[in-house]
Amino acid sequence: MKKLFGLWLFFLVLYLALYLAPDATPNFAFHYNLGRDIGYYGILTLGAGILIISGGIDLSIGSVVGLTATLFPIILLRFGEAHPLSPVSAILVILLLGAAIGWTHGMLITKLRLQPFVVTLCGLFIYRGLARWISEEKVQGLGNQFGPLKDLLYAQPFGYLPKFLIIFLILAVILGIFLHRTIYGRYLFAIGGNERAARYAGIAVDRYKILAYMICSTLAAFAGILFIMQHNSALPSNTGSFYELYAIAAAVLGGCSLRGGEGTIVGMALGTAIIWLLDRLTLLLGIRSELLPTVVGAFLLAGTVLEGIWQRWQSSSHQD
Amino acid sequence: MTSSPSPQPATHHVPLLEAVGISKSFPGVQALSQVSLRLYPGEILAVVGENGAGKSTLMKILAGILQPDQGQIFLEGKPVQFRNVHDAQRHGIALIHQELNLVPNLDIASNIFLGREPCGWPPLCWLCREIYTLAANYAQQLGIRAPLTTLVKDLPLGQQQLVEIAKALASASRILIMDEPTSSLTQRESERLFAIIRQLSDQGVSIIYISHRLREVELIANRVLVLRDGRQVGELQRGQITHEDMVRLMVGRELRQFYHRHFAPSARDKILVTVRDLRLHAQQRNPISFDIYHGEIVGLAGLMGSGRTRLVQTLFGLSPKFSGKVYLHGQEVEISSPADAIQAGIYLIPEDRKQFGLILNDTVCHNISLPSLRELSRYTLVRSRQERTLASQLVQQLSIRTPGLQQMVGLLSGGNQQKTVLAKWLARQPRWLLLDEPTRGIDIYAKSEIYALVDSLAQQGVAILMVSSELEEILGLCDRVLVMHQGELVGELDRSHLSEEAIMQLATGGKHLS
Repeated sequence: MKKLFGLWLFFLVLYLALYLAPDATPNFAFHYNLGRDIGYYGILTLGAGILIISGGIDLSIGSVVGLTATLFPIILLRFGEAHPLSPVSAILVILLLGAAIGWTHGMLITKLRLQPFVVTLCGLFIYRGLARWISEEKVQGLGNQFGPLKDLLYAQPFGYLPKFLIIFLILAVILGIFLHRTIYGRYLFAIGGNERAARYAGIAVDRYKILAYMICSTLAAFAGILFIMQHNSALPSNTGSFYELYAIAAAVLGGCSLRGGEGTIVGMALGTAIIWLLDRLTLLLGIRSELLPTVVGAFLLAGTVLEGIWQRWQSSSHQD
Repeated sequence: MTSSPSPQPATHHVPLLEAVGISKSFPGVQALSQVSLRLYPGEILAVVGENGAGKSTLMKILAGILQPDQGQIFLEGKPVQFRNVHDAQRHGIALIHQELNLVPNLDIASNIFLGREPCGWPPLCWLCREIYTLAANYAQQLGIRAPLTTLVKDLPLGQQQLVEIAKALASASRILIMDEPTSSLTQRESERLFAIIRQLSDQGVSIIYISHRLREVELIANRVLVLRDGRQVGELQRGQITHEDMVRLMVGRELRQFYHRHFAPSARDKILVTVRDLRLHAQQRNPISFDIYHGEIVGLAGLMGSGRTRLVQTLFGLSPKFSGKVYLHGQEVEISSPADAIQAGIYLIPEDRKQFGLILNDTVCHNISLPSLRELSRYTLVRSRQERTLASQLVQQLSIRTPGLQQMVGLLSGGNQQKTVLAKWLARQPRWLLLDEPTRGIDIYAKSEIYALVDSLAQQGVAILMVSSELEEILGLCDRVLVMHQGELVGELDRSHLSEEAIMQLATGGKHLS
C-alpha cells in the first residue's frame, strides 16, 4: 500500500512538472497522445507484470510484437487473396499464435526445467528472424484498406479518450480481477512467492506458470495488431524492438519484484504512466530525446535504490 | 550415551572474553539490556533462551556484526571494539551461523579458505596448492575424511557442518560461537560434533554454544547463561545444569507438563490408514507395510538420510512411488500428486517450513487460506470475508501470536510460523497428518503448544505419522514407532518397548532388542 502511495505521488509530481516546463502548456492533443502511448505500452506491461509476479520473465515480448505486426497484414492481404479471411478471424489467428508461443515457452520452462531467461532470449532471436524471413524484409501494412477495423481499434476517439487507453483500461480491470480477486491470481502470487510451498499446498504449479506465459505472449500479439492499426506499417527488422525492456521496466517501477510474488495491476499502470510522463517531460524540458533511455534508466535505478533503503530500514526494525 | 563432559577448566582469574553491561535496541524493541558475559579459556559456555530472548543479538555483537548501544567488551582484560566481522576475526572470534554458508560448487579446501586464500603476489594472486596442505590439518583435527578436493555439495550435511567449523577455525582460533549447530544433524552426527567440541575445548579453544536442545546443553556445557526478554535471568554452573532448571529460568515459571499426551489404548480398534507393499524406488529390497489406527501417533525414527522424509513425501504425492497401495478406511486412494493427497485428507507439514511450508513475504491470512481457496471461492472469486473469518478463527484456535492477519509470515517467530503451517491444514479436516520434524528450531514454549495440539488432533481421531530426530519427543508423544535405516523400514516398537536405546539400535542397523 505504501508503495502504491509513493507511485501515485511520483505520478502527480511528474504530471505537475509538465506545467512548469518553460514552453508549451500541455493541450488536448498532448494529453490524447500521452494517453494513447500509456494505453499501448500498458498492455505489454500487464503481461510482463503478471508473468513477473508468478516468478517468470519474458524477453521475447518485443519480437512477438514485431512478428505479429508483420504477420497480421500478410494474413489479411496476401493469404486473403486465396482464402478471404474476415478481420475478426485474422485477429483470432494472431491471438492464438501468441497463446501458442506463450504455451511453448511455458512448457519448455516447466516440463524441461529450462531457465526462463534463456528460453525467452532464444525466442527474442527466433521470432525476429521469422518476421524478417516471412516478410522478406519488406515493410508490411494494410494500405488504405480495412478502414472500419482501424476506426474500431484506433482511430475514432471514444468520448475524449484514445481507443488504446480504453482497451488498456478494460484489460486492466479484467486482469485486475483475475490477479487480485480470483484463486488463480492468488496461486500466481503464491508460486512467485515460494514455488515449492505452492506445490506442497497442492497447487498445480506448472499449469499456472504456463498460463502466465500464455497471458504475456497473447497480450504481446494483441499489441502487434494494435501497432498496425496505429502506424499501418511494420518494419520487420525493427518493429517492437526493446518493447520488452520498457514493459519489464514499467512493471518493476510499478512495484513488481523480479524475485516474484509481489506487484499490483494499479502499480503496473502507474509504472507505465510514469515512464511515458518522463518521456514527455524530457521533451518539454528541452532535454535531447536521445537521452530518454538514460533518463528512464536513471529513474528506475533511483526507484530501486529508494526501495532498497526502505526495505533495509524496515527489516532492521524487525531484527531479533 | 556418551562420556561425561570434560571437567570445568581450572579457574582462571582473567576471562578470555568479557562483555559488560551490553545493551542494544532496535526501533521498537529493546533487544538486550545490561547483559554481561564472561568466557574463560577452554570453556564451553551455553547460552539458552526462547526465541526473541536476545541470544542472536548478543552473539552478533560479540562477532562484530552489530555494535552495542551501551557496554564494553574486554579481551584478556583489555577493552576492545569490534567495528565489523573482520575486527572480531582478527581478535580470534568467529561465529558459525545456524544456516551453512558454504559455496556448494567449490571443494572443501577452497571453502575453508574462502576470502583468505594464501595466494601468490598481488595483483596477480594466483591460487596456491598450499591450501590443500593447510586444510589437511583442519580436516584431520575435525575428522573430515573425504578428499579435500571433494565439492561441498557432494558431502552429507554432517560433513558440511564440519567444513563450516574448519572454516571458522581457520579464520579465528580462540573463540568459536556456534548458533544451533545441531539443528540439521542426526543424533550420531551431533555426538561426533560434541566430541570435536570437547577436543577443541581441551586444546584451549573457548566455545559459546547456542541451542534449543536442552539435552545437548546438559551434556556438553561447563556453564549456562540464560536470557529472557533481553535480560540475563540466571547462570547455572556445571552440576546445577538440569533440564528443569533451564526451562524454569527460560520461561520464568515451571513448565509442568511439557508433553501433553492422553494415551488411550481403547482407540486401537479401528484402522484408519493402511500402507501395503510400498516401494519408494526400484532398488528397495523390502516393501514397506504398516497400519495406523484412529487417533494414533506413530513416530518415524531414523538417522538423517534414512529415507524418512522420502517416505512421507511419497505418501503425500511429491515423489512418485515405484509400487504399492495406500488405503484410508479400507478404501484405496491413488496418490500421484499433492492435490490427490489433499483431496483424500492427507496433509504434510514439511520439515523446512521456510522453504516448503510458507510464502514468507505473504500475509498470515493468505498463507492459511492457500490450500482451501477453492472452498472459499464462488465462481473462482475469492470470498475475502469468509477467508478472513477462517484465518482469524485459526489464529485464535492455535494462539498464533501476530499483530494481525495482514502481517507478513516471514516476520513471525519460528514457533508462530510453524503454527501457521499447521493452521493451513487444520482449516481443512485432516484425516491423516504427516509431520516432518514439526518442532525443529522453535522455542520450548511453542514446542509444548504444538505437542498439545498434536495430541488434541489425535484425540479427535486423526491418524498422525511424525518424523522426528529428537528421540525425546518421540518417546514423549508416540504410541508406536517405526524405524528406518538406509531406505528400509527395519522395525516397529510398541510403547511398552520404547526406549532411546532400542530406537538407536534399530536406526543404526542393529537387530531388534527384545
